[in-house]
Order: sequence, then C-alpha cells, then structure tokens
Amino acid sequence: MMETAISYPTEGGMGKTGSWRVFKPVLDESKCIKCWLCWIYCPEAAIDKKEFPEIDYDYCKGCGVCANECPVKAIKMEREEK
Amino acid sequence: MVAIPKLPEEEYLLKGNAACPGCPATIALRTALKALGKKTMLIVPASCSAVIQSLVPKTSFAVPTLNIAFAASAAAASGVAAALKMLGKDDITPVVWAGDGGSYDIGIQALSGALERGENFIYICYNNQMYSNTGIQRSGATPYGAWTTTTWTGKREMQKELAEIVLAHHPPYVATASIAYPDDLYDKVKKAKEMKGPRYIEILTPCPPGWRFDMSKTVELARLAVQTGAWVLYEAINGKIEFTSYSKMLLKGKKERKPIEEYLKLQGRFRHLTEEDVKKIKESIDEKWKHYMELYEE
Repeated sequence: MMETAISYPTEGGMGKTGSWRVFKPVLDESKCIKCWLCWIYCPEAAIDKKEFPEIDYDYCKGCGVCANECPVKAIKMEREEK
Repeated sequence: MVAIPKLPEEEYLLKGNAACPGCPATIALRTALKALGKKTMLIVPASCSAVIQSLVPKTSFAVPTLNIAFAASAAAASGVAAALKMLGKDDITPVVWAGDGGSYDIGIQALSGALERGENFIYICYNNQMYSNTGIQRSGATPYGAWTTTTWTGKREMQKELAEIVLAHHPPYVATASIAYPDDLYDKVKKAKEMKGPRYIEILTPCPPGWRFDMSKTVELARLAVQTGAWVLYEAINGKIEFTSYSKMLLKGKKERKPIEEYLKLQGRFRHLTEEDVKKIKESIDEKWKHYMELYEE
C-alpha cells in the first residue's frame, strides 16, 4: 500500500527566513501607541505581542508592511548590514 | 466588532513559511484562523497556499490540512463534513481555503454542487485576481485592463462576480472581506463558524509580484480597493444583503468614494491603461454602485 505523505507543524518550515531580508524594521518604543496594527498585519506572524511589539528577526522577511501601516511612524526600515 | 488589540493571540500560521515577503494570503489566513480556532480542518486545492505550507515533512499550518486536486476542494470538503458527522465530531469545522483560480474557474463546478446540496462547511476564497502560484496568468477574477502573462496588452473582458453567483444558490451565509479591515474579516468568519450549512467568504488579497507593486503596500492597496469602491464589503445572511465597515459608510453617504486613479496608479499591471480604459473602469464601478444604491433604497 502507498503511504500518505504527512507533514507536522514546525516553526521555520523553510528555515530562518530572516535571511531573505534586505531592509530591517526597527521600532522606536517611545513613539509606539500600542495600536497593534503591525501585529495583525504582519504576513509572517513575526511580530510578537509583548509589552511592546517585538519583531522576530529570525523570521521577519523585511516586507515593510508594518512600517507602511504604522499610524505614528514608529517603525523605520533600515538597510541590513550583512 | 472586536477591536484589533483584543483579537486572539493564538497563531495557527507559523513563522518561517514559504510565502513571499508581504504576502496577502498569509495576512488573510492568520486572521481567519484566529476566528476559526484550533478545531478547524483546512482543505486546500492547488494554490499559493499549498506552497506556503513549506516542504514535507514540515508544515507551517498548525491545523490539520488536506491538500487536494485543483477542481476538487468543495467535493473533498463535502466528504470531510460527512465523515465528521459519522464520527460524531460536530465541533470540528471543515474549511476550504482556495484561491480565485480554484474557485472562479477550476473549482466552480464542485463548489456549485456542494452549495446546492447544502453541505455543512465554510468555503473561503482568497481572491488575488489571477493565478499567482503558476506565474500570474489571467483568471475569471482578473479585472478589465489588467496585465497578466496571458493578457499582456491588458485583459479585454470584465471579471465575474463569484459572490453573487454563490448568492444565487441561496446559502445561509455569504460575505466579502478585505485584509485591510481585519476586525470586519474576523467578525465575518466568526459569524460563519457559528452557523450551519454551506457558508462562503471571499477576501480580496492584493499580490505584490502579480499586481506589480512594492511589497510594503499590500495592506494599503487592499484599503484603497475598498475606499475607491472597486471592492465592496458586505454580508448576506439568508440572502439579505447588509453592507459593512467602510463600504457601509460609502453607501450611506458618510464618506465619498476616492478617485479610482489612486488605486490604479500604484499597480504596475495597470500602467499601460489609456484614458479610455480608465473611463471604462470608472463607469463599471459607478454602475455597480448604482445597483447597490438601488438595493439599499429597497
């Protein structure tokens, strides 16, 4: 009998996708109003809900949706130095 | 409506998946799964989402997922719903998660059949208005004038309205949503989850490589589609259409529709449009809204 291919849930199914990044989002906590828009709009689920939004640089692909959507411009995109 | 900071924190889409940076499908899926919860079974036909799951033996979806042939998703969901009923597991929701290619074109026969039979499942179509996964070919959802690799002078035909085709089957719940309004999307999926019978939700998901725009503007474009009236947010419970969120404000005249050019100019797929093309798009949107206004006045 043929076996069915079964996959199991794993973080980093494609490895550390943070290596895809060219620009890196950096949060200025002093400006953050905790509206959590960056958190809900992150396509990667790479922003964790801590006291402030915490960006997981291991997996953030650097799309910049968070910086574009931040209503108070608390997130800036900086070029990666790798 | 649940405020965005109060949406559930559980994530069923895991980090480090195979989606492109700025992918709208993953934004939509994250919010939808927050509303559906752990007791969900996804049925995914050929689509970007089959790829986003990553490679065997790993998956980036933390709910059971059945990958099935392009045309078969609604038929497979009917089978899953029947099996769950036989096993007495009525707390599990079978949910089809399909693209517009798999819904408007290839999957429409199975979808229409399942709707007509009144199967007990939710069908979610994330609509990026083309076949993204196979390299940007035109679909039945591609709008007039849009460039794709198979309409490289711009599509000459209008898109069809699948939500209205679904409505003609008289299902208990039909809704359209947008990734720019996650609270509205969450609400609609939650509402669908609490109902029985075939339920249909369609989400507009602007695709950066397919629509030719910068990946940071995914949500901005989804918002502009609603604000310009090119995309409409509504829900229909037992056939009764109610507009929601921003579209409701437009309909009631509390907000003005933004000029369509604002939406078109951000997208490379519309770069070649002539003034006449833009006029034709404008007219088709005006016509659509005239129809909605008449519905509303009734």
